[in-house]
Amino acid sequence: MNTYYDPADLKKFGDIGEFEPKLAKKFFDWYGDVFAEGALTAREKSLIALAVSHAIQCPYCIDAYSVDSLEKGCDEAQMMEAVHVAAAIRGGASLVHGVQMMNKVKKLTM
Amino acid sequence: MKSLKAQHSELSYSENQLRLLNGVEGHTGKFTPFSERLKETGLFPLRPSGIQIFQMNLGKMCNQVCKHCHVDAGPDRKEIMTQETMLQCLEALDGTDVPIVDLTGGAPELNPNFRWFVESLSDLGKHIIDRCNLTIILANKKYHGLPDFFAMHKIEVVASLPYYSKRRTDGQRGNGVFEKSIQALKMLNEAGYGKEGTGLKLNLVFNPSGAFLPPDQKELEKDFKKELKLHFGIEFNNLLVITNLPISRFLDYLIASENYDEYMEKLVNAYNPAAAMNVMCRDTISIGWDGFLYDCDFNQMLDLKVENQVPQHIQDFDLAALNNRNIILNQHCYGCTAGSGSSCGGATT
Repeated sequence: MNTYYDPADLKKFGDIGEFEPKLAKKFFDWYGDVFAEGALTAREKSLIALAVSHAIQCPYCIDAYSVDSLEKGCDEAQMMEAVHVAAAIRGGASLVHGVQMMNKVKKLTM
Repeated sequence: MKSLKAQHSELSYSENQLRLLNGVEGHTGKFTPFSERLKETGLFPLRPSGIQIFQMNLGKMCNQVCKHCHVDAGPDRKEIMTQETMLQCLEALDGTDVPIVDLTGGAPELNPNFRWFVESLSDLGKHIIDRCNLTIILANKKYHGLPDFFAMHKIEVVASLPYYSKRRTDGQRGNGVFEKSIQALKMLNEAGYGKEGTGLKLNLVFNPSGAFLPPDQKELEKDFKKELKLHFGIEFNNLLVITNLPISRFLDYLIASENYDEYMEKLVNAYNPAAAMNVMCRDTISIGWDGFLYDCDFNQMLDLKVENQVPQHIQDFDLAALNNRNIILNQHCYGCTAGSGSSCGGATT
């Protein structure tokens, strides 16, 4: 596949330690703990991850957490609501900077 | 939608499915043989733990044509168990203390001798399970009384409902199935099923509606109970979560949707020795509509009869020999041993 993103590369994520095993191990141990059942359920974490995947626009993460959400029992409505939450935060994050623009404009204009 | 058989699909032949599962058709070949994985965990050859369940396929005829159906059942399928075969089953059962008879199909209720057979099993004192697709109860006036009939014989009803939403259910089982299923569940509740104190057991079955593994059974059961009660006032006992095995129409779907390799890989990677310990073929014998004996319903659909050292037909039923057999294995067995495991009774771990 002649693109920057090859779906098959997702399966190679675990090999990332080949060039730096110690840090990779730390990352994967931490990652595992982050997604373990805790104060939040594993399903809630999966939906958060799905939303974040969209916010950071990571195709690997979108694939991985679409499957994971289904396998945690989520339905399409829940998954799409999570994506809207990500979109709303992204949109809001741009829009809230409009205040800065307004401040600047007001300072510069009579 | 038609059955694979009616479409004259190559996958309607079990030998073609097996060839594909074993990697001859350009797919796989790279997957470790299931028997090798069992050897690694000391479970090979796989042996019965003692037959507790007689699972009988009363016929492949069904009023639905579900996309994932491993039986390739549908209205065009005419294979139906005869009364003669049923009598042979009754005779075999009468000579054993096998406690449970699990009736499946197709829609088992479409067998013209269904009620007579249930009454006969009831007289033998067997615990009877009916695997009901729910919509059959509404398919024709003559089936409207099924909930009361089930209740009269204290039959355990195991009903398929892939999800508590219309989209997912209709997507897997056909348009309109969700609404009819809800109506049928209400009728079962009215007959006392799923209600505390009645002793009438109503279990629902979840199959993933696609190429992914099922969620945790207990977690999903909570969701099903909450949603079905909240929106429809429906109650039930337990949710059984079943993994889709890569055979028949689900195999056809996997190939057509280009999910086959990935799904197989998922099953293989999720192999769980603890689940393998408790696979259903260890305590179940599966009887085909024509009386032949199989280790499980999936082997039945792949025409993999019990090993030929033991009598292979119900007319020669020999419980001792069956309890002493080696179970026939193939690559589809990964489906029952992935993750939390899968059986007709739900997760195995």
